[in-house]
Amino acid sequence: MQLLSVLTLDTMNPAVKKVEYAVRGPIVQRAVELERELSEGIKKPFTEVIKANIGDAHAMGQQPITFFRQVLALCSYPELLNDSTFPEDAKSRARRILQSCGGNSMGSYSASQGIDAVRQDVARYIERRDGGGPCDPDDVYLTTGASDGIVTMLKLLVCGKGATRTGVMISIPQYPLYSAALAELDAVQINYYLNEEKCWSLDISELQRALDEARRHCNPRALCIINPGNPTGQVQSRQCIEDVIRFAAQERLFLMADEVYQDNVYADGCRFHSFKKVLFEMGPEYSDTVELAFFPLHLQIGSLYFLCGFRGGYMEIINMDEEVRAQLSKLVSVRLCPPVPGQALMDLVVNPPQPGEPSHEKFIKERTATISALAEKAKLTEQVLNTVQGISCNPVQGAMYSFPRITIPEKAVKEATDKGQQPDMFYCMKMLEETGICLVPGSGFGQRDGTYHFRMTILPPKDKLTTLLNKVKEFHQKFLQQYS
Amino acid sequence: MCIYTCIYTHNIYMYMCKSLTVATLNPQVKAVEYAVRGPIVLKAGDIERRLLQGEKLSFTDVIKANIGDAHAMGQQPITFLRQVVALCCFPELLSSPAFPDDAKQRAQRILQDCGGQSIGSYSASQGLQCIRRDVADYITHRDQGVPSDWNNVYLTTGASDGIMSILKLVVSGRGPSRTGVMIPIPQYPLYSAAISELDAVHINYYLDEDNCWALDIEELQRAYLDAKLHCQPRVLCIINPGNPTGQVQTKKCIEEVLHFAYEENLLVMADEVYQDNVYLPDCQFHSFKKVLYEMGPEYFNGVELVSFHSTSKGFTGECGFRGGYMEVLNMDPQVEAQLVKLLSVRLCPPVPGQAAMDVIVNPPKEHEPSYAQFTKEKSSVLDVLAHKAKLTEQFLNSVPGIKCNPVQGAMYAFPQIFIPPRAIQEAQSLSMAPDMLYCLRLLEETGICVVPGSGFGQREGTFHFRMTILPSPEKLQVLLGQLKGFHLRFLEEYSQEEPDSSRASEQPD
Repeated sequence: MQLLSVLTLDTMNPAVKKVEYAVRGPIVQRAVELERELSEGIKKPFTEVIKANIGDAHAMGQQPITFFRQVLALCSYPELLNDSTFPEDAKSRARRILQSCGGNSMGSYSASQGIDAVRQDVARYIERRDGGGPCDPDDVYLTTGASDGIVTMLKLLVCGKGATRTGVMISIPQYPLYSAALAELDAVQINYYLNEEKCWSLDISELQRALDEARRHCNPRALCIINPGNPTGQVQSRQCIEDVIRFAAQERLFLMADEVYQDNVYADGCRFHSFKKVLFEMGPEYSDTVELAFFPLHLQIGSLYFLCGFRGGYMEIINMDEEVRAQLSKLVSVRLCPPVPGQALMDLVVNPPQPGEPSHEKFIKERTATISALAEKAKLTEQVLNTVQGISCNPVQGAMYSFPRITIPEKAVKEATDKGQQPDMFYCMKMLEETGICLVPGSGFGQRDGTYHFRMTILPPKDKLTTLLNKVKEFHQKFLQQYS
Repeated sequence: MCIYTCIYTHNIYMYMCKSLTVATLNPQVKAVEYAVRGPIVLKAGDIERRLLQGEKLSFTDVIKANIGDAHAMGQQPITFLRQVVALCCFPELLSSPAFPDDAKQRAQRILQDCGGQSIGSYSASQGLQCIRRDVADYITHRDQGVPSDWNNVYLTTGASDGIMSILKLVVSGRGPSRTGVMIPIPQYPLYSAAISELDAVHINYYLDEDNCWALDIEELQRAYLDAKLHCQPRVLCIINPGNPTGQVQTKKCIEEVLHFAYEENLLVMADEVYQDNVYLPDCQFHSFKKVLYEMGPEYFNGVELVSFHSTSKGFTGECGFRGGYMEVLNMDPQVEAQLVKLLSVRLCPPVPGQAAMDVIVNPPKEHEPSYAQFTKEKSSVLDVLAHKAKLTEQFLNSVPGIKCNPVQGAMYAFPQIFIPPRAIQEAQSLSMAPDMLYCLRLLEETGICVVPGSGFGQREGTFHFRMTILPSPEKLQVLLGQLKGFHLRFLEEYSQEEPDSSRASEQPD
């Protein structure tokens, strides 16, 4: 007679239990519940739930790019190639993509590394972006969205036991995919703190401190850096990037550079410098030796074109040992291939309509509208939040989020602790229940002890964003009063 | 001169100092093997490149009969499915007269469930709700009323994704308490690869080749008891219809397996991706869930069962979309919460794949405009597959030294081949499995790429290869003819003691 479940909390994988992913965690689950309650007619102090927790712009009402939708439709249903309402440049892109698919169909598996023609286009894109330095298409791996490539690379790196267990350096705050992947793989997380007072910049001395301390109990092997930052939004200076590369070379660390939001740079005086470009400008002593993996994964897919649901992405590998590369190829082959519609989309992102092509004008118009709207909203967010007593927001230099620091009164901290909750989770939950606004508490990303933050996206349409910011302001003032 | 030497030495030093090498790589990754895209396929890729560069070989094309990819072999997509996906990608088409109403209605329904009404938005990590509901309805209907709760349905990135997630969840313990996973031999090597990657323990149970690859309970028990000595068996994986073997398990057999799992407290993973690929009239697909239900409430409410399906096989063959689902039965609610958390880190399965899955479980109904064409296309695909299954089996059985069990379902033939002792020796001297030597020679001489049986597992001393039945009937005939020619030459080459004596080729035992 079967008395016990095979699978219980006690018998399941302990590493999985340690995984946390705040971006879709408890607060989001509660937000979904509230949405359901609203739809069932239950009265709340708000009429809608605003999900400002995740970087998903379509959900926030952004308009998609026509050209991409056309090509994707053509690829899905090639009969449309005979439809005169589709422009020629969309058709020629679709034909090229289909020709590189088995049986001319998106339904075929592709090569595990991704469709050759797409990887070549990505390589050319990288060369253009970095001013002509060479990119070998064989160094490009198409992936299934952001996490896929990152987890695959981490899988390669993780080994050892106890004091020799692989340690991976990640920034605090960080995008919690990293901490989740490290927990799942049972690797050691090594935190290095970004400098909030200096606009979330990276201090090499802090990197060194973290590394030296970690060496006592694990084997640090990789350094992850997100630029522009998530959740912090800072764009690192060129000098900083050079320093990080030097540090990685000197300490023999595998560098993992997450450049997802490279096209979302707003602030004057900030420029995106790709790690690869800087690396090559530092000369062969570094460019021939530093082992790097880049994850401009979503590239613009998530941040500008809002087609995250297609799960497209890529990573570029530099200076990887040949035998390890064979192992990497083997590992990705088990999952067969990344989704082909996502690969097709990636091709369009790196190979958009050019001047002279029929769709060029409309494409640029739609794209520019999106970028300038984001820049405007970044500024607006920073401004409004900084007018609130007890909220202090660093300039939103890039990416899609603000990560303001909030003061939480002692009384509230105590109430939270009594409840077994992080104080900023307590704060965010209250905000959700009272205003319908869903944000992610800073504790989900990591922060210096005793400081509190939340992450909110800047994606809602401008009028909604203004409403949202005012509600946040109102709530915060009330909260301070209530717990003073 | 001096400077040159210094730089050279410096570079050598730096090269030797790579931080990530095979020595410092994750040992679990090193242990992973996946033959379906392994060494022989890499070799086939090399040959293709050489052909493209104009090199003259004894054939003009490489025929990739190694992977279950129907479209790559010329199978046409199902029109309705592609219409729905195109409408979802570009909703302006909803006003186009070129699309039938039922396709538009399906697309609108899916889009309504998407954030901002766009399939570009992330969905919930478990997948779009309306599709999960449709999957549950499909399962209920397929199983003649056995209830399915949409909350137990998870959409996945192909079936592989779901399978990996469940295995990840189950692996725990150390040494003698380390999780053991029972897998059929032969098996689809995703399972062995996953077990290696997760550092769980392989527990092999052999399917009975003499009995059309049936599952033998005594063999399950043997494997289980042997394994208990050094690990904690916790999962039983079964593929039905089988891959690579194609057998369709009988209802009685499934019952025995479930009873066994119940008695020995095992979580059952039922890989049913080929449930629509059943060819022989005396075979029928029985879902594990339905059989479990018919065993009564003690079993139906007790056995932890996860069933998997995919958009890649069946009659749609949409491999590139990476669509799939799993239905999770009787999982501890706290563990299920952990599963949801795990899936949330990957955000969501690709939404176009979710849409493709929806069409499969929610096809045109009899009164709808697309029904006739849909049904025609579906039957055509399945009829051709059944025909090719029979053709392949018959042909292979006509070749001396090849013996092929009936291809009851799935997409492959997995014949046993006789490999002469001299060939075995040569293979050993080359440190390769004898059937790998055979397959490499086949590839080099004919351009046909199949996967050696050693990649799937087989009883010691037996050799097989797996080929797909997916090439068009014409191409398949050619392929089989060339295969026969190769096989006979191979037998002759390795059977003879003297180069010019001839002997009749021998039958395998």
